[in-house]
Amino acid sequence: MMAGFFRVAWHVMRKDLTIEVRSREVLLTTLLFAVSVVLIFSFALVREGRAPDDVAAGILWVAISFSGTLAMGRTFERERYNDTLRALILAPADRPAIYAGKLLGVLILMVLVEVVLVPLVGLLFTAPILRYPGMLTALLVAGTLGFAAVGTLFAAMLVRVRSRDSLLPILLYPVTVPVMIAGVRGTAALFQAAPDEDMARFWIAGLLLWDSVFITLALWTFEPVMTE
Amino acid sequence: MNQLAVVDVARHYGRRKALSQISFTCQAGEIVGLLGPNGAGKSTLLNILATLLAPSRGSVQYGARSQAEGGAEIRAQIGMLGHDLFLYPELTARENLSFFSKLYGLADVPTVVATALAQAGLADRADDFVSGYSRGMRQRLALERALLHGPQLILLDEPFTGLDQSSTAALVARLQERQRAGCLIVLATHDLDVADGLLTRAIYLKNGRMVGSDTETRGLADRYRQALQ
Repeated sequence: MMAGFFRVAWHVMRKDLTIEVRSREVLLTTLLFAVSVVLIFSFALVREGRAPDDVAAGILWVAISFSGTLAMGRTFERERYNDTLRALILAPADRPAIYAGKLLGVLILMVLVEVVLVPLVGLLFTAPILRYPGMLTALLVAGTLGFAAVGTLFAAMLVRVRSRDSLLPILLYPVTVPVMIAGVRGTAALFQAAPDEDMARFWIAGLLLWDSVFITLALWTFEPVMTE
Repeated sequence: MNQLAVVDVARHYGRRKALSQISFTCQAGEIVGLLGPNGAGKSTLLNILATLLAPSRGSVQYGARSQAEGGAEIRAQIGMLGHDLFLYPELTARENLSFFSKLYGLADVPTVVATALAQAGLADRADDFVSGYSRGMRQRLALERALLHGPQLILLDEPFTGLDQSSTAALVARLQERQRAGCLIVLATHDLDVADGLLTRAIYLKNGRMVGSDTETRGLADRYRQALQ
């Protein structure tokens, strides 16, 4: 049962990444957008090489959430084209496994964007990204997972809705407010002049809790929401 | 699956009735045509039969199982060719078939894929991207994708659209071969010329309602006109 679940999720993720490697469409547009967001903030906020205190964490998570929304929308736009999402959900596979595969694909794309984004934020806003690399990675991965878990579900739900591009952020951002708060506060705790490891650990634990809630709900609701 | 029974099926979108009071039964080895003008509810009914859409009222019985209790076991018996072809243009024909074979959990995927490619007449173009295929080639590939897992119930939405004569003849031959193998085929079409002589049962739909059905094999165009008057 579980082997079948992971097999389906793996094949869906692999298919998405194969298409992405060939087209590079989602990765490049998402990366360009994320870099643009960070650059605009740096033009606006950095004066004489000095950024205001405690803005780096917020800017990093704004860029992650905006670019992630773009990635999710584009990933499902592909499934809308030629109606392949219907072929996926028509397969005699666990529908939650299809969700898991799509989520993993989105997650990998977002993490790849963050690999560029985090050093850029560190460079432009003099954020100490190497001070606690393990905890920063945990915050980013846990926060991205929670955000992508909800976003993947909503993007799948909205795939046949005409105004999906505007509806996705409207639905997604309010629901993921806890993830954003935890991500920003946890990252800020690591970036501030006097780092607070306990606070960062607290927010990592909060993110893991939200991740488990969001993923459980998404796996539970994916099948009914995909049957119109 | 030896029988498909549609019992008083209705589907509403808000206050709009896309389908209402649809009931019919058909047997394995039949080719059933859903005929009617645009907006008659043919695609909606196909989507309900495919379990992609839940009926607002009524039920669909697949042999001994209902749609509600079926899940993956019923989907394993269904092959669908939609109006859009359910193929990834960025993948090759072989990759498309391999992906869906794995998704369906089929054994010996390379052999299954090679057989399907040969059946589609695409063995020599197997490693070309689907985006470079003609409509006819895509249609043949999409049909084989739908048949990969040997479904007992085959659903086709406007399968003859955009095909030339030879592609249409090949598709008809493939469907008749599946019919002889004991599959139940349900297709929605506007192409009465092709459907005439192919269908063993015609179901006429108009404005979401079933306005007639018959099991005559010839003279479809006249019966269609009479039913829809």
